Amino acid sequence: MSIKITENVTWVGKTDWELRKFHGDEYTTPKGSSYNSYLIKDKKNVLIDTVWKPYTKEFIDNLKKEINLNDIDYIIVNHAESDHSGALPELLKEIPNTPIYCTSNGVKLLKGHYHENWNFVEVKTGDKLNIGEREIIFIEAKMLHWPDTMFSYLTEDNILFSNDGFGQHYCSEFMYNDLVDQAELYTEALKYYANILTPFNKLIINKINEISALNLPIKIICPSHGIIWRDNPLQIVNKYLEWANDYQENQVTIIYDTMWNSTRRMAESIALGIKQSNKDIIVKLFNCARSDNTNLVGEVFKSKAIIIGSSTINKGILSSIAAILEHIKGQCFKKKKAVAFGSYGWSGESVNIITEELKKSGFEILEEGIKLIWVPDQEGLKKCIEFGSKIGQKLI
Amino acid sequence: MKKYVCTICGYIYDPEIGDAYSGIKPGTSFEEIPDDWVCPVCGVDKDSFEVK
Repeated sequence: MSIKITENVTWVGKTDWELRKFHGDEYTTPKGSSYNSYLIKDKKNVLIDTVWKPYTKEFIDNLKKEINLNDIDYIIVNHAESDHSGALPELLKEIPNTPIYCTSNGVKLLKGHYHENWNFVEVKTGDKLNIGEREIIFIEAKMLHWPDTMFSYLTEDNILFSNDGFGQHYCSEFMYNDLVDQAELYTEALKYYANILTPFNKLIINKINEISALNLPIKIICPSHGIIWRDNPLQIVNKYLEWANDYQENQVTIIYDTMWNSTRRMAESIALGIKQSNKDIIVKLFNCARSDNTNLVGEVFKSKAIIIGSSTINKGILSSIAAILEHIKGQCFKKKKAVAFGSYGWSGESVNIITEELKKSGFEILEEGIKLIWVPDQEGLKKCIEFGSKIGQKLI
Repeated sequence: MKKYVCTICGYIYDPEIGDAYSGIKPGTSFEEIPDDWVCPVCGVDKDSFEVK
């Protein structure tokens, strides 16, 4: 399958409807994904990125329907991660000396992945490659989201090839933002941003400002995953600016795990208390042992505060809570608040452990956490409601 | 002399090693590095570093 984007630019990637996990098993992809590779034809022909290794043969067979491989003059690697570079080793067996344009970090990363001395051409921001009627302008985008990442801009067609920036793990045969369900699209775009780009908020704002200052007209944004932004493409750029500015909605998210339902009942009572004092705030509860961690990161991303609860087990916390706390820590969230709670039988360390982890992750602790021994009685649940009410008040 | 860590990518500036990529010689303290120096891994400025 190929898709003609403009007269001279064709999508030659792979839609992957069956992908359910990404980055190993870290990131869930319920709607699949796509690996977007693009072929530009001019006096010189250029291939931008490839696909994930398992689809190498399919990719090369399909590419041959579009072009004689020997007619590919240049390959651009915007990002060396294997979901984009996986087909390079086989492709380069067919066209071995084709120059590969990438950043200096790109060379290091490609060598680190494939241990080959290919014909690398290092480029920096502002470097241009003339391909006939058109030019390709390179823009380094370090740590968006790896050190080697760069964007490539095609003149005449005014296309920004943004690699993982503005991408989504969202498979659709329609491939264009104006043809797909908007709620699905934005759910996946936000989840992608929350899980992959949040640590680099500051860099994103700087990069968008830098690109704006170049005054390049942007008619289409072609990311390396998911759909292509052709209808008002700057909508996703503006959305990124909003998200990068320590985004939050009027939401508080309660995340807990529970052994015998005591911590769950505490969570529900805290939620009740929040609603008593703060009618407008959205309160969401998740048992994280039964939830998807990458979706939870999306919920934390949207929250102004999070409330984390765990039973105490073996002087520690439940393993699902340890896992979600690690996910949260990695995102380096800023300007968010948090508090801990949990039930216990004799030692009761969980609340302190969670509180310390939340502090290390940059959250402002709203209140000393609440812990209850054994199964909460009416008095205990009342304390949780009061605790929730106090939290709700502080979040107005 | 103190080591400094990049809060964005985790790169550690070690004064004993310096930063050959940007021509910062071994023995240069973090404070002595020019203000226009950027992290050799991710490109952020000195303000994004903190003491390790």
